[in-house]
Amino acid sequence: MAGPASTRRSTLAAEIRRRTGLNPAKCYQCGKCSAGCPMAEETRLRPHDILRLVQRGRRDRLFADDSIWLCLTCETCSARCPNEVGPARIIDALRELALESGEGAPPRAIRALHESFLKQIRRHGRIFEFGMIAGFKLRSGKLFADVGKMPATMKRGKLALSPRNIAGVGDVRRIFDACAAAAGKEVRP
Amino acid sequence: MSRIGVFVCHCGENLGRTVDAAEVARASGTLPGVAHAIDYKYMCSDPGQALIKQAVAEKKLDGVVVAACSPHMHEKTFRRATAGAGVNPFLCEMANIREHCSWIHENRPAATAKAIDITRSIVEKLKRNAPLEPIRIPVERRALVIGGGIAGIQAALDIADGGREVVLVEKGPSIGGHMSQLSETFPTLDCSQCILTPRMVEVYQHPRIKLLAYSEVEAVEGYIGNFTVKIRRKARGLDETKCNGCGQCQASCPQKKIPSEFDAGLGKRSAIYVPFPQAVPNIPVIDARHCARWKGIVKGLKKLACGKCLEVCGRGAITFDLEDKFVTEKVGAVVVATGFQLYEIGRDHEADGLKGYGEYGYGKIPDVIDGLQFERLASASGPTAGKLQRPSDGKEPRTIVFLQCVGSRDPAKGIEYCSKICCMYVAKHTMLYRHKVHDGRAVVFYMDVRAGGKGYEEFVRRAIEEDGAEYIRGRVSRLERDGDVVRVQGFDTLSGEPVTIDADLVVLATAMRSQPGIETLAQKLSVSYDRHGFINEAHPKLRPVETNTAGIFVAGACQAPRDIPDSVAMASAAASKVLGLFSNAELEREPIVARVDEATCAGCFHCLRVCAYGAVERKEIRDKKGNLIKVVASVNRGVCQGCGTCQATCPGKSVELEGFTDPQIYAAINAF
Amino acid sequence: MKLGYFPGCSLHATARECEESLRAIAAPLDVELAEIDDWACCGATSAHATNHLLSVALPARTLALAERQGFDTVLAPCAACYARLASARHELAKDKALLERVAAILERPFTNAVKVVSIAELLRDLAPKIREQAKRPLGGARVAAYYGCLLVRPTEVSGFDDAEQPSSMEAVIAAAGGTPVEWRRKVDCCGAGFSLSRTGSVIRLGRAILEDAKKAGAEAIAVGCPMCHSNLDLRQKAMSRTLPEPLGLPILFLSQVVGLGLGLDPQALGLGRHFVGTGSFVAKVTAPPAPAEKPAETKQEVA
Repeated sequence: MAGPASTRRSTLAAEIRRRTGLNPAKCYQCGKCSAGCPMAEETRLRPHDILRLVQRGRRDRLFADDSIWLCLTCETCSARCPNEVGPARIIDALRELALESGEGAPPRAIRALHESFLKQIRRHGRIFEFGMIAGFKLRSGKLFADVGKMPATMKRGKLALSPRNIAGVGDVRRIFDACAAAAGKEVRP
Repeated sequence: MSRIGVFVCHCGENLGRTVDAAEVARASGTLPGVAHAIDYKYMCSDPGQALIKQAVAEKKLDGVVVAACSPHMHEKTFRRATAGAGVNPFLCEMANIREHCSWIHENRPAATAKAIDITRSIVEKLKRNAPLEPIRIPVERRALVIGGGIAGIQAALDIADGGREVVLVEKGPSIGGHMSQLSETFPTLDCSQCILTPRMVEVYQHPRIKLLAYSEVEAVEGYIGNFTVKIRRKARGLDETKCNGCGQCQASCPQKKIPSEFDAGLGKRSAIYVPFPQAVPNIPVIDARHCARWKGIVKGLKKLACGKCLEVCGRGAITFDLEDKFVTEKVGAVVVATGFQLYEIGRDHEADGLKGYGEYGYGKIPDVIDGLQFERLASASGPTAGKLQRPSDGKEPRTIVFLQCVGSRDPAKGIEYCSKICCMYVAKHTMLYRHKVHDGRAVVFYMDVRAGGKGYEEFVRRAIEEDGAEYIRGRVSRLERDGDVVRVQGFDTLSGEPVTIDADLVVLATAMRSQPGIETLAQKLSVSYDRHGFINEAHPKLRPVETNTAGIFVAGACQAPRDIPDSVAMASAAASKVLGLFSNAELEREPIVARVDEATCAGCFHCLRVCAYGAVERKEIRDKKGNLIKVVASVNRGVCQGCGTCQATCPGKSVELEGFTDPQIYAAINAF
Repeated sequence: MKLGYFPGCSLHATARECEESLRAIAAPLDVELAEIDDWACCGATSAHATNHLLSVALPARTLALAERQGFDTVLAPCAACYARLASARHELAKDKALLERVAAILERPFTNAVKVVSIAELLRDLAPKIREQAKRPLGGARVAAYYGCLLVRPTEVSGFDDAEQPSSMEAVIAAAGGTPVEWRRKVDCCGAGFSLSRTGSVIRLGRAILEDAKKAGAEAIAVGCPMCHSNLDLRQKAMSRTLPEPLGLPILFLSQVVGLGLGLDPQALGLGRHFVGTGSFVAKVTAPPAPAEKPAETKQEVA
């Protein structure tokens, strides 16, 4: 496959190693991760492809694709990896890197979920599902998905309607700000 | 010593680049006691050595310093040259100005100055050298071979055919090892039994081979040329001299459901048994764990159970003798050929740091077997007489999936090395299967195909191109039993697709491991082993069949994963080393050994406690009337390896290491 | 036994029955659950997928609170919360520099001394007591134990059970008088956090899990994770849509299974809150033994 001419070693692999302590060069492309990956039939890049592209420093292909965002972090790959490469943690680091550098972003629905989820925690210290779901719908555009489930869920006493902040919400906001500062930008997927 | 010659080598560019050899020679020439100093491009070459011999003769030199490379490299060369010139070889020393100087420095003047310092220090040491004579040790020209697999058989036959006696010790009831369990062998598909059993018989009938089967090495003492080995002869429960191998006892034994080790658990055997019909020796053993009578005897029951074999034995050979016996053999060399065991995917080996494969069901899925079990299924001598039937229901498998690298190349499970033989035997298995089941499907999951041997690559290609084996590049994530089939969940990394196959039988090419208990044996022999229990060779390239203990050699899969050709080659190499050692009645050794000054030794025996080689003994000093005056330490010059630990430990400075005495070392240091 | 209790966000909402059943079985098992005062959300997937430091710092705050409030062990009955808390604890134990950095962010003393246990680990260790207290064993009802991902993985974090062939939940089911089912999908992923954002994936993965449990003869599935629960319960109808008949597999929290075994009131165990009806399963397991013809009682004295 044609790509940018490679003139130096992958700095991406070094960056991943710095962040995670895991060495992407350990991947010998056996494909056991992809064989067990529950999302393998839905993603274009499978775990072993992702590791290969990290080794080759192909940020362009990694971040232009939805695949890293579709990882469920079920850890099956890491649990079975014969060479202890740890694909799940590496994919997390790639997502973090994509957001920090602005080179990639999750698909709208997943982005909406993370945004409304984190916003809830920042605002209240906990998740209040009603507010979270409302926020998700606004951000994702999936306005009518699961609407039919709402009355049944409420009937079962399963949706708390009124959010209540925890006492230490100031604490939580400070933690968000500190982690955002460490990442070089606001934590916003 | 007043007429020392200093010979400075350029080592081509190696030294010349950073050290001015001519300047080193000039400076050395001015040292007191140095009568001659010269530099030359390649001192180790023939003209270089001639230079030394000529100078010794012409300048009447009485000592030689060669300033060149490490003594590891060429000390022997230059000592030989010195001896050739008529000077005691131990009056030749090397000043290492290559590894210790030119290779590690860049500044030429500073490196040259350092080279002069090193040379001066060695000159001062040499002034205190004493002429030494090589140690002569008588050699017991008999060999011990441990392990009766193909490597041990080959080594024993080669040594015996070379005219020397061999004691062959085998742990199991029969020799033959793993090779006797194989059906056909790669890359020729010749029948394993057909090529092996004649060799086994040859061992048995050889006038110079003493076969001690069902025996283990208990203790080893001594040193090269003079080992004393105590061997445990495990109780067979019968008199070997009376048994004629008729097999009546086996047929009469009511215990018939014991899983057969020879058939890798797929077949059954009796409690009194010969592991397989072609066993050598063809003498049964009684399995104490399963024999009803033996168990009764051990428990001390008054009434003896069973006794069927006793009744049918026409020779009165059966004794139920419980006692192991011990024999002692004197040998001059040992060949270790203990072979391997296969990795098991269950949780039984966690103590060894091996985790087993939960994702492959920890060995609980009945139709998931290992390579050796497949050999037994495919073998004409196997439990199914060579008919391919899977263990669960005896059905002929229509689809077999082979998994390579199970346990091997899998640090997460505890083993990082490649087992080397699996690529080849898996290709062979696919052929054997396709030759028996023409419309069957043989699928191989592999990571790489490593077929580096004569005819090996061609063999694998034949499996794929002619015999229709389907090769899929990828490791399998999970094996699951789903009703009648084993579901194999894999990924084809070449086409980029998940692959799921419902297999009737799955064969795991599991890793080769060292034998259980090898560490204990290695400790008895004082040979080193790696963290996986494989015996270390003395040098990975130049001394592949020697160990770090003189007189002990290694052959076959106990050193690293090996196939049959490799094992046999190693065994013959070890045998030729043994025969070389036995070519003289006496052995010459370097006299760099410790010496105790008996006059000053206080008998504290710190040296005895620290000696790693068991070379220090207690010696009684008596007067003329035989009264004990004192007990002192004494060094066995045959055993001592010259490590110097005793010298460093002795509080009374009563131990000296020849060639490295305190005065020599102090002089060398003071010269800096 | 007194435990610091970290309910996590869902036990106060969609997984109320988990909390209810847990509180109900605590007393008979001599467990005191003391909720950690002012705990915050663990950050879940959204934190670790976007900002690693945040995914450690949020659980660390809760662990620091637990430490100050004098707990030595924290129970996180939600497997997702458990995984985040245990991962943070594991990582902080390995990396001293990170611990110092996080303590500085928290602006409170923190030594990372509190242990984190999952519901499966806790109940497995209590299995002898469950067996002893079981008033009305489940009549051998066939229950499939579903671990999902986060109870047993990552292996170096969890480690209380085998990652591929776990057995702790089976031990609990057996202690409660049920018959654990041998099946294949117990450590597979249900789609977890994609319930809202990528529902299709959840339907596909969940269906495979449910079908396998059904094929293995399960009458109910026991879970240890509210996320798994909501995916398999709430979305079961959608999962059944392409099948000839509805799957109809009640999804019970492990604590509910234990509660039934202890003879507690099904309503008190929150068994009325499920989307897939638990009625017939409850009726079966609460039916008096022997002639088994009498109508099943749903109300029982609390043991």
